[in-house]
Amino acid sequence: MKALILSLLLSSAGATFAQQTPSQQFKGGVFDPPRPAPAFALPASSGAQARLADYRGKVVVLEFGFSHCPAVCPVSLASLTQARQLLGARGKDVQVLFITVDPARDTPERLRTYLAQFDPSFVGISGSEAQIAQLLKDYGISAAKHPVKGTNEYSMSHSSYLYFLDRQGRQRSMMPFGRPAADIAHDLAILLNQ
Amino acid sequence: MRPLRRFWTWLLPASAAGLLAWAAFAPIAVGSRDALFEIPQGTWARRMAGDLVDILPQTIVLTLGVNDTLLLRNRDSVPQVFGPVLIMPGQDFRLPFDTVSSNEFNCTAHASGSMKVVVEPYPAAGLLRLQWRLAHIKEAIARG
Repeated sequence: MKALILSLLLSSAGATFAQQTPSQQFKGGVFDPPRPAPAFALPASSGAQARLADYRGKVVVLEFGFSHCPAVCPVSLASLTQARQLLGARGKDVQVLFITVDPARDTPERLRTYLAQFDPSFVGISGSEAQIAQLLKDYGISAAKHPVKGTNEYSMSHSSYLYFLDRQGRQRSMMPFGRPAADIAHDLAILLNQ
Repeated sequence: MRPLRRFWTWLLPASAAGLLAWAAFAPIAVGSRDALFEIPQGTWARRMAGDLVDILPQTIVLTLGVNDTLLLRNRDSVPQVFGPVLIMPGQDFRLPFDTVSSNEFNCTAHASGSMKVVVEPYPAAGLLRLQWRLAHIKEAIARG
């Protein structure tokens, strides 16, 4: 009986404090305190060098992937396209940067053609193997090559999360793969409003 | 005296039944849905010294609607990798879950290099919710 009463007390404790904290308003993961995202300056699909600092003032979404990806990257890019559409005019303040984990095949030109199928505003980021390896390390991203049996081809396994940077270039949140475009738009809207 | 004894004879079982019914059917109210796990200072140093003790549990069980947000607090002096993110020293990372699932993550705070997060459904009203409350009380008592 004592246990029961204690159980009731504990489970009802805090009822009056039931409030959502601001960080819980995000539907994805949140960093607190936010820290500056690691900087980079790498060849972009636009034909020029892209520096992360160039996008200060915009909300930036980083996706790490590769253009030969059969399943994950196309879905994420399509979701990002939809999310920008859901944001309406505010979507122009969202910049998607697609950073390849497969620089050997993903040249800036290939990335431009690939990303144009989704949204021409998306920017692809490539570089040398060493540059990309360093960038992945800076962001804690894992990626690995896997030979495709019976061919000379290979595939890649890689982190499938989306990383959101605020207008000040700070890493604020991340979204797991497979979440609906509405969830992505929701979290982007929070950052756009700040 | 006899009416008083009869009163207690009925009151106690009725109160117990009322409490049981409340525990089985009342919604679970919580102040925070964060499940906090802290990586303490010195974790990396201990690991480098050959101490393979696990700081965090190998499996973390969360309950939707109750404690469904994993809050990792890195108080160590080096960054820690948890799944797809790098948690810097002094930084928190909060990851909400909204579906029943079992998730494997890389985690440098574990000697094995990985951990599992199991997300269980919100306890349905009735026996499940009663069992959930009693289990949590047992845990609270065990923790002291």
